Amino acid sequence: MTQETQVRVSKKFLYVNRKAPYGTIYALESLEVVLIGAAFEQDVSLAFVGDGVYQLTKGQDTKGLEMKNFSPTFRALEDYDVTKLYVEKEALEARGLLEADLVVPVEVVSAQRMAEIMEAQDVILSF
Amino acid sequence: MGNVLHTVNKSPFDHRALETCLKFARQGSAVLLIEDGVYAAARDTAVSKQVQEALKSVSIYALKPDVEARGMQNRVMDGVRLVDYGGFVDLVAEHNAVQSWL
Amino acid sequence: MKFGILVNEGPYTHEASDTAYQFVKAALAKGHEIYRVFFYHDGVNNGTRLTVPPQDERNVVKRWSDLAAQHKLDLVVCIAAAQRRGLMDAAEAKRNGKDADNIAPGFRISGLGQLIEAGIQADRLVVFGG
Repeated sequence: MTQETQVRVSKKFLYVNRKAPYGTIYALESLEVVLIGAAFEQDVSLAFVGDGVYQLTKGQDTKGLEMKNFSPTFRALEDYDVTKLYVEKEALEARGLLEADLVVPVEVVSAQRMAEIMEAQDVILSF
Repeated sequence: MGNVLHTVNKSPFDHRALETCLKFARQGSAVLLIEDGVYAAARDTAVSKQVQEALKSVSIYALKPDVEARGMQNRVMDGVRLVDYGGFVDLVAEHNAVQSWL
Repeated sequence: MKFGILVNEGPYTHEASDTAYQFVKAALAKGHEIYRVFFYHDGVNNGTRLTVPPQDERNVVKRWSDLAAQHKLDLVVCIAAAQRRGLMDAAEAKRNGKDADNIAPGFRISGLGQLIEAGIQADRLVVFGG
């Protein structure tokens, strides 16, 4: 099937990130899905809920772990046209974090707004 | 109205998945308790009040084979509906999207 | 209705693969179509043919292989996750200079794009995890 005859289906994809980085691999492998998924030109949003907000904190230094620090990759998402990053307000506050502590510009949203965002999706990938 | 089916597979006594789920489950949406999540369906527990409160705005289901495997079949609180795997499939089909609170 | 399935945990340690299997069986019994089952994270370990569980126990891997044969299911193991965890088909083993492969019948190794495609093509995507 050629590119021209292919039917273009655009769906709303939401990636829900709820795990802190490094302790488990979910955060890193979730980001790998986002990067691959970007090539499919879907309507992509990322949600950071609970410990997921720890993926975005500044100052991560993984040298001592011999693991890759993947937090800078979030800054590259813009180049992939992935610009809708939503962070749960309550999760930030509960962890003593401010928007300024995060490596990328995000939209900090209430639980109610986040629930609305979830309701608007076609596909929710949760890790 | 809620169009998302939320699934919770963690015990509410050891994890915050249910609590987080209920925070994001909008009025009219459905919550399906599976695997260790079914412990939340029991009456007279430390979380049963929270679950009863949630039942006022969302439908709560528990996966029967998981309930039975854990010997919880006689402890399920009123208002929580039991479904088998076929019922799980129906719930997924009836909602627009599924959010798994892993 | 067309379902896409994502399995994020391996066999035995977590119930995720069992729940996904029972869900898929029930969906097929109701006449639904399973567009694809995608195995990611430790879920790739569902695709090794080298598991030998005790005979009186369920065989998680073989169950998936049998169901795939019976219903022509598309069981896809993520290549990046598989490479990290030592899950190989013959071509991958050769390409990486390894002396063995271990993928179970009915499974194939492919890229993450297959997961995104399942999300696009299926009517519902259901995630099973730990």
